[in-house]
Amino acid sequence: MEQKLIVSPSPHIHSGDTIQRNMVAVLIALIPAFLVALYTFRLDALLVTALSILFCIGFEYLIVRFVMKKEPSILDGSAIITGVLLAFNVPSGLPVWILALGALFAIGVVKLTFGGLGNNIFNPAIAGRIFLLISFPAQMTSWPATALAESATDAVSSATVLGLLKHSPETLPALQQMFLGFEAGSLGEMSAAALLLGLAYLLWKRVITWHIPVSILATVALFTGILFLIDPLPQYNPLIHLFSGGLMLGAVFMATDYVTSPLTHKGMIIYGVGIGFITVAIRLWGAYPEGISFAILLMNAFTPLINSYTTPKRFGEAVKHG
Amino acid sequence: MLKSFRIGGIHPKENKFSAGMAIQSIAVPAQVMIPLSQHIGAPCQPVVKKGDKVKVGTLLGKSVGFVSAHIHSSVSGTVLKIDKVLDASGYKRDAVFIKVEEDEWEEQIDRSEALVTECSLTPKEILEKIAAAGIVGMGGATFPTHVKLTPPPGMKAEILIINGVECEPYLTSDHQLMMERSDEILVGITLVMRVLNVPRAIIGIENNKKDAVARFTQKAKAFPGIEVQPLKVQYPQGGEKQLIDALTGRQVPSGSLPISVGAVVQNVGTIFAIYEAVQKNKPLVERVVSVTGKEVPRPCNLRARIGTSLTILIDAAGGLPESTGKVISGGPMMGKALASVEIPVTKGTSGILILPTLEAKRKAMKDCIRCGKCVQVCPMGLNPTLLMTLTEYEVWDKAEKNAITDCIECGSCSYSCPADRPLLDYIRLGKGKVSNIIRARKN
Repeated sequence: MEQKLIVSPSPHIHSGDTIQRNMVAVLIALIPAFLVALYTFRLDALLVTALSILFCIGFEYLIVRFVMKKEPSILDGSAIITGVLLAFNVPSGLPVWILALGALFAIGVVKLTFGGLGNNIFNPAIAGRIFLLISFPAQMTSWPATALAESATDAVSSATVLGLLKHSPETLPALQQMFLGFEAGSLGEMSAAALLLGLAYLLWKRVITWHIPVSILATVALFTGILFLIDPLPQYNPLIHLFSGGLMLGAVFMATDYVTSPLTHKGMIIYGVGIGFITVAIRLWGAYPEGISFAILLMNAFTPLINSYTTPKRFGEAVKHG
Repeated sequence: MLKSFRIGGIHPKENKFSAGMAIQSIAVPAQVMIPLSQHIGAPCQPVVKKGDKVKVGTLLGKSVGFVSAHIHSSVSGTVLKIDKVLDASGYKRDAVFIKVEEDEWEEQIDRSEALVTECSLTPKEILEKIAAAGIVGMGGATFPTHVKLTPPPGMKAEILIINGVECEPYLTSDHQLMMERSDEILVGITLVMRVLNVPRAIIGIENNKKDAVARFTQKAKAFPGIEVQPLKVQYPQGGEKQLIDALTGRQVPSGSLPISVGAVVQNVGTIFAIYEAVQKNKPLVERVVSVTGKEVPRPCNLRARIGTSLTILIDAAGGLPESTGKVISGGPMMGKALASVEIPVTKGTSGILILPTLEAKRKAMKDCIRCGKCVQVCPMGLNPTLLMTLTEYEVWDKAEKNAITDCIECGSCSYSCPADRPLLDYIRLGKGKVSNIIRARKN
């Protein structure tokens, strides 16, 4: 026969799903939050996001090529996502050199020392943010006034909702404002509405399942809700907790990172509940006003353990003869 | 809500290009190669030699051993030789080469189209006829049917399940057979119900074959105990364990046979062969084969004599397209890629699928991103990415503990992996290793 046939084991067809497709979907899902950031912080938002992406891609390329001596796979999109998420987790006025350090830590230390995409234990963007928060606490918590607030009051700096909640709960902004996201905060974390839109897109495209985001948000709502029922103080108000700080960004985009979250649905729920609890505990009783990043980082560490204790439900187990 | 199995599953593009194409009998070829091993189990012992004259239905190979099935001639003519021929798996197997002369059939075979509904045989006699006709599971597994219809001592069948699912994309041979031979299939079902002494049979049909569902629902009314159940289109709905789960809610435990939950599953093609064997005295000498593919000029469903070269079937569909990269015996999920198309149609050939080079090439594998998609789609509730890693590092005890031997090799994991990891390749390897270890331990 003239024609050579390809022989390989089954299956012979593929869904067409690729790593890149998933990463691009995540980037699309981040667009609404980015638009809110643009509206709120104007050029700063664009600058910080663009630079953060540039640093992440640049460090990944350089380290993979010249230190690991491998072919860089920038096109898979994971470094771009780390860049965007890191930017979304810092104040819009962060000095560029600090941002660069954060990107270097996220990509160089957290991602690549473990072997790159798929092998890292911790979410690079989260670890990068925490590294910056601990190393540069002043710069990382200096929130420039939002464009909206600026025009109204001529303020040059402001406090986050969670900051206010911890120190002066009587001056909180309206709940509706928190939901739409024009209060102070990190670049991409303010608008719960925009982030929820991203969540809807990710669910629709089946990039993620509901298990992680819903279990985190439900745990936070339940935990604070019970406290609020016992003692109706604003710092226990579940709605304020849901719509403020980095909770939504963390629950939708950071905790759902494939690499660092559990494999099974059961495991995802345990992980999500864990994140919810730790977040509320830090917010209410910890030194920091926000706890979502620490919660995710901690639960990242538990992911291998969760994986080994939550094997999927096997066919034929719990047999029902009916 | 349509019924379905409860764990995992995928829905690949159906691509049923040959759907609705009437079954055409292709001309008897000038020569056939009939392999002496067309079933799971021991190969047959040849009972003919070079120069022998045979007719359609003459016994060529006698089954030896318990799990085995007779082989009959599908043509009349002279035995040229017994020689090696490639099978779909790429192994060389003994086959009887016959030069075709005329088309003479053994006298006892009833070749008329008339439907025979009456049967006065005892269950034992029916079973003997099925064994004598060399019938095997025609869905692709080719397990000898008379063995499957003989429950092990102490076990009793309660329900007969008829597999009209055809969940593999592209394939349409079962669908077309159901549309053209519904009466024969229903009679065949009653025969098997008598063999097993069961009061109930359910025909499971995926809901992308609404015409078949409607036809059987209407016709089954005349047959007490036979029900029709439309099923959600979800792969691998036609897997034995999945189908039993979908239709009865019973889950066959790990390592057990369907009979352990009182079920026996038979494919519609097998049921039709049983009808022909019992009511028409016709051994299994021909079958319906879909020849299909995106770029195949005329996708079709052909009735071909066993032993006909695949090239003849492919030519009947318009020939191999320029773009051909891969030819598969069976469906795209579980079929076998062929090294050559110069191989014969066998009892298990449900289809010939031709894929263009572009689709046939695998992409380079990337590192696992731990998305868990393989875990979510596995219909056996396994952790494919873990099993692949355990096989890679040869950690057999852990692979066994994580039930690697439960894998049904449906390929849903590899199909879904965004990092193009060959999960099933590894799992198959590991499954073989672990099975050997378990067997060695038992001895």
